[in-house]
Amino acid sequence: MDHAAATPLDLRVKAAMEPYLTNEFGNPGGLYREGRRAKDAVDNARKITAEVLCAMPDEIVFTSGGTEGDMLALFGITRAYGDKGKHIVTTTIEHHAVLHACDALEKEGFEITRVPVEPNGIVDPQKIKAALRPDTILVSVMYANNEIGTIQPIAEIAKIIKNFKQAHHSSLSTSHSLPFFHTDACQASGYLDLDVTRLGVDLMVINGSKIYGPKGAGALYIRKGVKVKPLMYGGSQEGRRRSGTENVPGIVGFAEALRLASEAKERESERIGELRDLLLAGIQTKIPRTVLNGDPEKRLPNNVNISILDIEGESVILYLDEKGIACSTGSACTSESLDPSHVILALGRPYEYAHASIRFTLGRRTSKSDIDYLVEVLPDIVTTLRKISPIYVDENATSMSHPEAFAGENLRVKAKSKNYK
Amino acid sequence: MDKTRTQLNKDLKGSKIDVINQHTGEKWYYSDIVKEHFFKPRNILLEEPRECEYDATGMVGSPACGDMMNMWMKIDPKTERIVDLKWKTFGCGSAIAATSMYSVMLTENGGLTIEEALRVRPQHIMERLGGLPNRKIHCSVLADKAFHKTANDYFRKTSQHSRIVVEGARVIDDRLNITDKDIEEAVLEGAQSLEDVQKKLKVGVGMSPEIITEIEQLVRFYVEKYYG
Repeated sequence: MDHAAATPLDLRVKAAMEPYLTNEFGNPGGLYREGRRAKDAVDNARKITAEVLCAMPDEIVFTSGGTEGDMLALFGITRAYGDKGKHIVTTTIEHHAVLHACDALEKEGFEITRVPVEPNGIVDPQKIKAALRPDTILVSVMYANNEIGTIQPIAEIAKIIKNFKQAHHSSLSTSHSLPFFHTDACQASGYLDLDVTRLGVDLMVINGSKIYGPKGAGALYIRKGVKVKPLMYGGSQEGRRRSGTENVPGIVGFAEALRLASEAKERESERIGELRDLLLAGIQTKIPRTVLNGDPEKRLPNNVNISILDIEGESVILYLDEKGIACSTGSACTSESLDPSHVILALGRPYEYAHASIRFTLGRRTSKSDIDYLVEVLPDIVTTLRKISPIYVDENATSMSHPEAFAGENLRVKAKSKNYK
Repeated sequence: MDKTRTQLNKDLKGSKIDVINQHTGEKWYYSDIVKEHFFKPRNILLEEPRECEYDATGMVGSPACGDMMNMWMKIDPKTERIVDLKWKTFGCGSAIAATSMYSVMLTENGGLTIEEALRVRPQHIMERLGGLPNRKIHCSVLADKAFHKTANDYFRKTSQHSRIVVEGARVIDDRLNITDKDIEEAVLEGAQSLEDVQKKLKVGVGMSPEIITEIEQLVRFYVEKYYG
């Protein structure tokens, strides 16, 4: 029930990769036949990837995964176009890969506008519009959120950016193509439309480990004409945009996984969506005082993120683990930094909602009996933990419930290194 | 005892006790004792307390992670021994297990006196639990803090004002308004040296040598207090 974190490798993908782990070990840079065969494999993978995205093969750069794709997009663009402007627009619910990269760019002198999302976890395109400036060089909005699964209006934002460009830059000026539009589509790639023209994006990141492909392999789509400064220098692979010997088995596996995911997309979205609705309905009928985080409709078909009020997420995970169920939480108790989920807080909820949030993400192997089992065991766990809990959080709360508990602590709870009341 | 132990081990057989952090993949190993107290917490207050059922109460929150703890205490006024110690928490596995153990330690064998109980430190709980992951130590501190507040409540209600101990924050760096509490928190979040603390609190530039020395001393003090 934690498929948003990782998916098992599809056996067909494994079979496609296998020759390149052993016999077909050639370096695609080699001119002899082993090298040529490896190069053919990478070229073929590039072609497959391009077809799924409705792009051209030379618009695809293979990377080591989602994080590298985001880095190449953000640092690649800012380094290539930093002299044209110093302003970036993003949202408050991006993946840490984008948010922390933006923090780093801020230190390098870029100005970042982090557009807040609406209480349903979706960004209002008009607010993106309002954030655009003549010196904006990049807009980065994720396609679907990794924690609450909300789907962002990418095509609509692309249209707004296009209109902005036409209104503000003459086609003769060198900056007429700015700002560029980047989207992190890692969570979306198994379920949503990836046609880059329909989406209207200039850069898009996808990776293998979320679509039953190998970890450590992914791709960045870069629209023709958009320049990125490389992060890695060396043998000039990937059209001089990403040096380093190609991860041939990873690339082959990634492309095969993407192809299979794209084929199964509609059928699987429907199947999994029905299971998701069953799970949500089951939880909501059997457990009082739960709040769904994020829009009920505009969300990934495999995502349920729910705050079970008054109980802490890590406790729930441990109890569920005991029953053989794996899931995740936005509670500070499980994070390295002890920060509660920035996504739940961005919805305008008090930290107690993040503390109490549980994420279930379904996958190909999830069956109806798994859902039934979860809905059967969860209510008792909640009852047990609620008996232990001293608090009663208001269902529409926007501020914390028991500030007196923090008396003498300046009433503060940390969130993203900022103090949160 | 042996039988329950064997039974427990049998129950645990084949089950995983590590929690995998979703962001870092780091494993947390909870000991069997932690697990036992987590799944069967002792001294939980299940019913709302009747008026005057307990002599004192205290509620605290952990600014580090947001856990909350409420405690109720019954005292034998003659001996000042703790007759009963009940609690509730909005907290994680470690907080539940640590508080459960703490409540056992304070009430077992006829109960400790308040003075004795105030001397129980987080490491003593840790020892009895067979250890906790470093990052989770702040969860066990919550039990200790809740008790201190409850004890103060008792002293206040029995008009023993001189015995109330208030842990006020003391400003160490007035330029950045950093208090000893901030440093304590940083240590509880895993900082072990001056550099770690500076990184956590995002300070360090232009500090005077006196302040640096003072912070170093505090870091040593808190590291000793919680990990020593």
